[in-house]
Amino acid sequence: MPVSGATGKVLVDQDQVRRTVARIAHEIVERHAEPEKLALVGIHTRGVPLAARLARLIGEFAGAEPATGTVDIALYRDDVGLDARRGALPVVGDTVLDFNVAERAVILVDDVLFTGRTIRAAIDAIFDYGRPPLVQLAVLVDRGHRELPIRPDYVGKNLPTSRSERIAVHLAEVDGADQVVLETVR
Amino acid sequence: MSRRSLLTIADLDRAEIARILRVGNRFAEVMERDIKKVPTLRGRTIINMFFEASTRTSTSFELAGKRLSADVVNVKGSGSSVEKGETLKDTVITLNSYLPDVLVIRHQSVGACQLAARHTQAAVINAGDGKHEHPTQTLLDLYTIEREVGPLDGLHIAFVGDVAHSRVARSGIRGFQMMGANVSLIAPPTLIPRDAEEALGVTTSTDIRDVADADVVYVLRMQLERMGPGGFVPSLREYAATYGVNHGRLRPGQRVMHAGPINRGVEISGALADDPKTLIERQAANGMVVRMAVLYDLLAGPSAGAEPAEHPIGAVAV
Repeated sequence: MPVSGATGKVLVDQDQVRRTVARIAHEIVERHAEPEKLALVGIHTRGVPLAARLARLIGEFAGAEPATGTVDIALYRDDVGLDARRGALPVVGDTVLDFNVAERAVILVDDVLFTGRTIRAAIDAIFDYGRPPLVQLAVLVDRGHRELPIRPDYVGKNLPTSRSERIAVHLAEVDGADQVVLETVR
Repeated sequence: MSRRSLLTIADLDRAEIARILRVGNRFAEVMERDIKKVPTLRGRTIINMFFEASTRTSTSFELAGKRLSADVVNVKGSGSSVEKGETLKDTVITLNSYLPDVLVIRHQSVGACQLAARHTQAAVINAGDGKHEHPTQTLLDLYTIEREVGPLDGLHIAFVGDVAHSRVARSGIRGFQMMGANVSLIAPPTLIPRDAEEALGVTTSTDIRDVADADVVYVLRMQLERMGPGGFVPSLREYAATYGVNHGRLRPGQRVMHAGPINRGVEISGALADDPKTLIERQAANGMVVRMAVLYDLLAGPSAGAEPAEHPIGAVAV
């Protein structure tokens, strides 16, 4: 469902999303033998269902599910009140990290990696809860254009884009269906 | 005004109030963390100007600013140049030269915040101006009622006591009604504003037994400092006997609120004030997170001087 005023081209369909998420789960299991020492933390909005899916799959593959959590970055943005183009106040979602952050490797999960600023904010938010022994990053799509020295540890798809394009990840839990759409804003 | 201010509760509409209360819930979560501080407003400056006595409002505003990482400066009436005869206007102009983002003002005169807002580029938050308005009190009252009692829609809230001199009631009546509650006033005839029923859309009564109809009984302090020499009541003792709220005048299930400070044995009995079932302590605790939400709402939106948006502090983005 493309945004009005934009045209959309499906780059990744439902079946590919499913297989991609499963592959990321396998890669995580490969590098983390003990899910009991792992926490998947989804960044609002679409990182949250992705983290839940990954946790479920890791549970299937490894026999034990990692902890899950959510993190909202609105209070940690680097442009609070600065970006005049933002017409609206950033909505503040809930941050739920009800495990001991100091005792688990944290894998941040988001749908799209773009400038890296969201990830920077999410790392700062996590550290207000404790000092995790390790923080990694898993994303469904890496679209490039980094503005910070941040790189993902687990990538679903590398989709090079131009800045005028928009990558929209749709997930069943939020949008009704799974797909990745390239939108060119006219 | 280049920034949005909060001078009266009517500066907000229903949707904006709901948004502030929602954000308040998030800050309540922040207060449960080990590190009760977020970097959201770092680099911003908040000046608290309290020209009238205050414990709750000044403390909670100061902590709210600090927990959002803003720099907070407190100016009090006593000990400042106000004692040397400086006018409010000149004090505001002086403090404005330090480029604050917010001025939080409590003043004994009605309209002090409106006056101040004309002489600063900062957002002005009214923390109580005389017997006029106290909008952040109403927001924390709404937050407390929503969390502890339930949705405001259709709820009956009775203000009992010195309505005439109460900024808590003046902002509260408007705010509670905006969120769908019915409001009644119960007080001696001298302490009910003239034409209140027509002007404010409330019901009034001079019979304390009418508290029975209310879901929430909001007890107001007798504001002796604003009464002057005029005899509004024959004596505090008689007032306490006739209108003081105590357990005997309530039915089970009714919730009691009071904005503080409490005059035990006058408008509320000591035993009731100490009853943990009242919402009085919750009100004080919730003041800070709601004031954090107000600061966030005023400062986290598009910056001053930006192209005016349809809604200055923004509709809710999805």
